[in-house]
Amino acid sequence: MSITLIYTVVVLSAIGIVAAIILYYVSQKFMVHEDPRIDQIEEALPSANCGGCGYAGCRAFAEACVAENELSNLFCPVGGNDCMNDIAGILGLEAVQKAPKVAVLRCNGTCDLRPKTNAFDGAKSCTAASALYSGETGCAFGCLGYGDCVDVCDFDALHMNPETGLPEVDDEKCVACGACVDACPKDLFELRKKMPKDRKIYVACRNEDKGAAAKKSCEVACIGCSKCVKECPFDAITMENNLAFIDSDKCKLCRKCVAVCPTGAIIEENFPPRKIKTEKVAEPTSAGPDTTDKA
Amino acid sequence: MNKLLTVSPSPHVKGDESIRKIMYGVVLAMLPAFAMSAMFFGWESVKVTLIAVAASVFFEYVIQKYLMKVKPTVDDGSAIVTGILLAFNVPVGLPVWLIVLGALVAIGVGKMSFGGLGQNPFNPALVGRVFLLISFPVQMTTWAPNKLVADGFSGATPLGLLKEGLKSGKTISEITSQLPNHFDLFWGNMSGSLGEISAVALLLGGLYMLWKKIISWHTPVAVLGTIFIFEGILWLANPERFMDPMFHLFTGGAMLGAIFMATDMVSSPMTRVGQLIFGVGIGIITVLIRNFGAYPEGISFAILIMNAFTPLINAYVKPTRFGRVA
Amino acid sequence: MLKTFKMGGVHPVENKLSAGKAIEKLPLPKTVSIPVAQHIGAPATVVVKRGDEVKVGTIIAQSSGFVSTNIHSSVSGKVKKIDDVMDSSGYKKKAVIIDVAGDEWEQGIDTSNNLIKETHLDAKEINAKILAAGIVGLGGATFPTHVKLSPPPGMTAEVLLINGVECEPYLTSDHRLMLEKGAEIIVGTKLLMKSLGVNKAVIGIENNKPDAITRMKDLTANEPEISVQPLKVKYPQGGEKQLIKAVTGKEVPSGALPIAVGAVVNNVGTAFAVYEAVMKNKPLVERVVTVTGKSVKEPSNLMVRVGTPVTELVEAAGGMPEDTGKVISGGPMMGRAVTTLEVPVTKGTSGILLIRDKESKRNEMEPCIRCGKCVSVCPMGLEPFLLMTMSEKKLWERSEDRHVMDCIECGSCSFTCPSNRPLLDYIRLGKGTVGKLIRARKSQN
Repeated sequence: MSITLIYTVVVLSAIGIVAAIILYYVSQKFMVHEDPRIDQIEEALPSANCGGCGYAGCRAFAEACVAENELSNLFCPVGGNDCMNDIAGILGLEAVQKAPKVAVLRCNGTCDLRPKTNAFDGAKSCTAASALYSGETGCAFGCLGYGDCVDVCDFDALHMNPETGLPEVDDEKCVACGACVDACPKDLFELRKKMPKDRKIYVACRNEDKGAAAKKSCEVACIGCSKCVKECPFDAITMENNLAFIDSDKCKLCRKCVAVCPTGAIIEENFPPRKIKTEKVAEPTSAGPDTTDKA
Repeated sequence: MNKLLTVSPSPHVKGDESIRKIMYGVVLAMLPAFAMSAMFFGWESVKVTLIAVAASVFFEYVIQKYLMKVKPTVDDGSAIVTGILLAFNVPVGLPVWLIVLGALVAIGVGKMSFGGLGQNPFNPALVGRVFLLISFPVQMTTWAPNKLVADGFSGATPLGLLKEGLKSGKTISEITSQLPNHFDLFWGNMSGSLGEISAVALLLGGLYMLWKKIISWHTPVAVLGTIFIFEGILWLANPERFMDPMFHLFTGGAMLGAIFMATDMVSSPMTRVGQLIFGVGIGIITVLIRNFGAYPEGISFAILIMNAFTPLINAYVKPTRFGRVA
Repeated sequence: MLKTFKMGGVHPVENKLSAGKAIEKLPLPKTVSIPVAQHIGAPATVVVKRGDEVKVGTIIAQSSGFVSTNIHSSVSGKVKKIDDVMDSSGYKKKAVIIDVAGDEWEQGIDTSNNLIKETHLDAKEINAKILAAGIVGLGGATFPTHVKLSPPPGMTAEVLLINGVECEPYLTSDHRLMLEKGAEIIVGTKLLMKSLGVNKAVIGIENNKPDAITRMKDLTANEPEISVQPLKVKYPQGGEKQLIKAVTGKEVPSGALPIAVGAVVNNVGTAFAVYEAVMKNKPLVERVVTVTGKSVKEPSNLMVRVGTPVTELVEAAGGMPEDTGKVISGGPMMGRAVTTLEVPVTKGTSGILLIRDKESKRNEMEPCIRCGKCVSVCPMGLEPFLLMTMSEKKLWERSEDRHVMDCIECGSCSFTCPSNRPLLDYIRLGKGTVGKLIRARKSQN
């Protein structure tokens, strides 16, 4: 009996030693020589593998950093400037500083502001619905509300608000990876420069219809009246295809455009309340949930 | 406009097929075999079947409601089918707690642990049955006597008798005298599991399912055909060592397995060619186990083994594409 | 002997409610809105402006490329405006809106019913007339016909197939056209044959229209080059590739056009339009539309001017039933649900189908039970259940490897699925995305 035991131990140990030698030999023989800086950079990256940089993952981005050997076209939106500085340190290069960004949804067509004109009954996917037709409401440009953006967000920064039927961005969690921008078939998301105290002013609309048609389909649509363009002291607002756009690089958060917008299409967020009551935006949303349209 | 028009992608009409129709169709198809078993084994078989069905439905409901926290879908009939199939695969005298345990393993391990209907790689009823067979071999092979005929064949199943006989060195002609004749086998006058005894009733159910297009002929024909041919070859080679092929078709779970278990949609291949391969595989493994293995019957193992091959078959046996460029 | 395609197919309930109703002319509407994108390809360029007087047959938008065609005014009157209107595609598209006044036709258009059989025109002239008349495939795909008649270099047509299958449930417009305008369709077929330079044509008709088969057989009794082929009733028998397979036995290779096997397929409605364009100088300004539905008072077949709002058609068929839940432009298997009844009839509108409330909503989706029915009904030999999962999981490369682009969107898989899974929705999604990826790859190389 003990002989059997000894044999077993000896044979198994022998197999183990032989296998170890083979493994060692193979790992030496076929070792791939890699730039050690790739590993270092990967270490410095946030390992979110979100693809926000345009590469397949953090490893691919690290390889690209080493291969390019200059950082002007490379930026990790998740790690931000700190992370890029670290990478620049590893590579001995100069990092390009970029202003941090945050995603905003350019549609405020909530259930009660934008009446339904038909009822969709198909696969709950924005891409599928938009391939079929323009949407459940009269507005062909607005949010469809099936949450393709929520599905692609790796950072739990997007959530559907069942009351408004619109997704909401969590500024704290959003890293501006841009996944939602690509996922939205209506191109509603924009990555805007992060302002102090997370303040935002933007046109929450993408409707390119003429004024009357836009207004008919949605109460808070941009009707292309150009009042904001005239009002803006910093030339930050442009008008194209009956739609205003505020350039976040030029905007100084003066809020004058918000005051003149006749439909409330321009939204301000995280500002202290004004002394004069001009909060047109808050009114409709506080009108309470609409129960008639949802059935 | 007061009423909103519905907009959806085409097609805008729907055929009348549904999971319920399929599942209750299977239940209906199992009625003849159920009736035969009630006739041969008496009320005991009705009791076993009802307990198995009730336990399966109960476990499915409880697991879906409290563990998976989803809307229970016991009304789709799939748990009923699993329950009946489990009952069909056990001997009549099985203690109640074993039936319930079998249902728990069938539904809990065989089906729900994979995510419920449509996700299970193995036939749930067979998972339950094989679990019972391996864990409780004594209870699972204690066959109740057949009640219909006074001098009915009691005790072991024909396949069991065959295996025992061969083990003790007897020849086929010596064993045959103890076995029921072919007509009895076809009719179902033998001992065995609840639902497997009557070949004629199972065939009737199979024809009904074929007519209703619940199953296609490919799997059952492949299974039974393979058993017949393979056993035929063995029998021709040595009639004193192997039984004739008809005996093997009518005994054990061959019919039940081929018609009701191997045709389970979830765990069998998608394409017709795949189903043929699947059936042939089951046939070969069954014959091997019956003639050369330790167990007298092997179709439940054969089906489970081939279930494991189903994803592979699905991956490699593709439908013929229209206009494929050679 | 009945022929059919071999692989897959389903049998939806036919519901051909309007099969016995003769084609009626719909009275002229007050205004029409004629979209400039009624065909596959580049939208036509508008050549009229607000306030212009137009007659029936006046060109209002000009072909803007090879795959494009002319759009004519279908009424006489004054251009009210040029604006975006919702059409059956579900998107707002540019359209010319015309206020109707009288019914005055452009000069040279023969509006009589006289049958003209002979022409001295050669192939090129016929093709030019087809382009000038703005003719597109009237089966529903609206592919410009002159493009179909110009095989790419190196390929020659051998046989012309005339599609009189009408495999969509409910629709009867082609059926009625064959019964009432059979002689014209035969002349149109001959014109198409001349234009293509082929000496063989087959008219394929599904066997559920025995009267049409008899009628066409009678008419072709003295035409050795044209034969009528009765076909088994099976959806999608009228699919181009399925029809070619059924009639000629040849399979159009994956990714290729029918011309690759020497076949050109045209709808019977197209053949009729070609006859009118070439022999009567009449551009494509009207078509037969079936208005039908289980609750519709008078299911009918109407001859309708392009641009007429769908409301008018529904009124003519007895008004919109109370219980209408869904309105479909086209047939129930491949048609499009519209958002409003104000959409105009276009060249591709083969029918207006009003579906009742209880049939308009889909059933709740249940888990796939891997029954394989979608695989066995797919006429293209694909695996719909797999393609759907791949779309859900965004596995586009694998979806492409599994030939998602071969899908003809016939809907047999969704129709048959016992778990009510929206297979086709997701396959379309996959087709769209994979198509984009393929185009991106091509433009990169």
